[in-house]
Amino acid sequence: MSDIAIRVHDIGKRYRIGEKQERYATLRDSLVHLGSAPVRWLARQGKRNSADYVWALKNVSFEVKRGEVLGIIGRNGAGKSTLLKILSRITEPTEGYAEIHGRIGSLLEVGTGFHPELTGRENIYLSGAILGMKKLEIDHRFDEIVTFAGIEKFLDTPAKRYSSGMYTRLAFAVAAHLDPDILLIDEVLAVGDAEFQRKCLGKMSQVAQQGRTVLFVSHNLPAVLRLCPRVVVLANGEVLSSGDAQSGISLYLNSGLGTTAHRKWDSLQCAPGDGVAQLRSVRVHTADGNTTDTIDIREPVGIEVEYSSCPGELRPAVTLHISNEDGVLLFITGDFNNRDWSVQPRSSAVVRATCWIPGNFLAEGRLFVRTAISSYNPHIVHASEEDAVSFQVVDRSEGDGVRGGWGGTWPGVVRPMLKWKIEVNENQATRVH
Amino acid sequence: MEQAAVVTNDNNGGKALESAANARVLRIEPTRGWAALNLRDLWEYRDLFLILALRDVKLRYKQTALGVIWVVLQPLITALIFTVVFGNLANLPSDGMPYLLFSFAGMLPWNLFSQSLQRGGNSLVGSSALISKVYFPRMIIPMASTIAVLVDFAVALVVMAGLLVYYQVPIGWNLLLVPPLMIATVVAASGVSLWVSALSVQYRDFIYALPFLLQAWMYASPVAYSTSLIPERWRALYALNPLVGLIDGFRWSLLGHGSVAVSALALAFATSALLFVSGATFFRRMERSFADTI
Repeated sequence: MSDIAIRVHDIGKRYRIGEKQERYATLRDSLVHLGSAPVRWLARQGKRNSADYVWALKNVSFEVKRGEVLGIIGRNGAGKSTLLKILSRITEPTEGYAEIHGRIGSLLEVGTGFHPELTGRENIYLSGAILGMKKLEIDHRFDEIVTFAGIEKFLDTPAKRYSSGMYTRLAFAVAAHLDPDILLIDEVLAVGDAEFQRKCLGKMSQVAQQGRTVLFVSHNLPAVLRLCPRVVVLANGEVLSSGDAQSGISLYLNSGLGTTAHRKWDSLQCAPGDGVAQLRSVRVHTADGNTTDTIDIREPVGIEVEYSSCPGELRPAVTLHISNEDGVLLFITGDFNNRDWSVQPRSSAVVRATCWIPGNFLAEGRLFVRTAISSYNPHIVHASEEDAVSFQVVDRSEGDGVRGGWGGTWPGVVRPMLKWKIEVNENQATRVH
Repeated sequence: MEQAAVVTNDNNGGKALESAANARVLRIEPTRGWAALNLRDLWEYRDLFLILALRDVKLRYKQTALGVIWVVLQPLITALIFTVVFGNLANLPSDGMPYLLFSFAGMLPWNLFSQSLQRGGNSLVGSSALISKVYFPRMIIPMASTIAVLVDFAVALVVMAGLLVYYQVPIGWNLLLVPPLMIATVVAASGVSLWVSALSVQYRDFIYALPFLLQAWMYASPVAYSTSLIPERWRALYALNPLVGLIDGFRWSLLGHGSVAVSALALAFATSALLFVSGATFFRRMERSFADTI
């Protein structure tokens, strides 16, 4: 037996341009289309194919070993979903082939096939069968699924009367008890609340530990880092890199595919600002000054704002608004925290202001930085740029971080390392009998 | 070897697909031309087929307030209307049978056919969420919705039995023809459903065209009138419609009366089979682009 679970060889998928948009093609349109065909045929001579088609995937090859957990990352439109659709046989490749060794199950959506009119019991069978389980298998797992979802009392209630939480719990319970050798998962974690995402991640690492092969497609870079030792980076339908997760992710982020860590305005016309202050660049960098998109949670991160200023009465100040992926504003900070600078008169110059956020303070995840320059007294906003830069905080701490030896999730919008004072007094010990 | 997702067992894997983890290798590659029917794949997914058919039956009876009564009333009222309009007003012949009995016996196969087609034809577009998210042989969807109509047919058959008792129709060996006729009707309806549902993924107008197709088809079939009204020289052409042989066959086997040409019956079975095979082949050809276009 080979130890290969999935072999993807030179897979390509071509779509006709507009195939997705023209989804409601009508017979009438087609007849009209047919009528004008000779004209279009003449017009197209010499430039056919290239203009009419677009390759969603091209020359994609990689292998996944049995028991491996492989992450697939890439921007929207990079071809991740198309790849999963091909591997789960929803759509056919245009060229190349893939070999799947073992039973495959795919989870492209939670709750596929659920019907609101049917009861919980009926939906378990329906959804299980749709996901590829045999009736006998569902019979065997039925009690487990019900217990996992915690819906014992509502088994014979139509799903439409379920709360949304119960609905997703049941849907996920069915999917989680699918028992394939190879599991394909697409962005399932993007839906549902934090609690649900945690449950999904927990179940996934459990699946991975059981020695099963998992292909995990996600935008959730911290989750990919935690679960997948190896990642394939897709860009414009091609494999950009395939290797260890850390380097794959930084390549992905540094190649300008993700949101950038460096923003530079080349011309003054398009730069945010007015006659008093105008932004020139914003960048995120490490302690040694290198621009970076990924920062270790233990390291300090510098956010550097460069702007041109004018002499005058006003003393413009730079403010940074740090928000997380959920749009929660974590804090605002301003350069007037530097007292000396805040009272210093301004001249005609290029000012570089750098704010240092200490290590062991931010929580892991993607952070977005709104950058503004404003004067107070009177209050004037000279420049403001939403999401000027963004960066990713990753927690790979090996016992020396805030969460210590705990490897699971660690909720909270910040993750500060705080001082703990411990007092041990052995003389006052009471003996428990 | 040009087949959709070929499922093969390797040499040392057993017959039981689930037994060994690595017992099968699935090869995913482009298919060209006319794909094979891949019956093996259909068999693999038989549980899904049954559960989907069961779902359709349950939904049908859950969502309507009248439930079974509706299934009884609909053909009965239609048969009554036919009796009044065609039997009493237009005075059309009914081969010597009470007109209600005559038209209800015609309604039975016709409803089986038209409802199968109606549900099957719309089924794929109605399941677009499934088609773009999970793999299974797509043919299961129109086929399962066709099966669900059989429950309605069974109920109507009970009503028919009541009418037979009421009109004191003698029961004979010709009743044995009912099951094969029923199967042929389902086969014909599935065939047309496969055509219509596959086409409607590409061209949504087929959904709007379907009611007209059904209406025209009904008047081209001996539902409300008797085949004896059709001039002899047109009979051969008329019988190309499989419903002609099927409906006449139903009448003959249920009522033990009237006539059915053996040639027309044979033709009906042949055209039904042809509709199914051509529909299934066409469906398989279209199937590979469903997820991209639906």
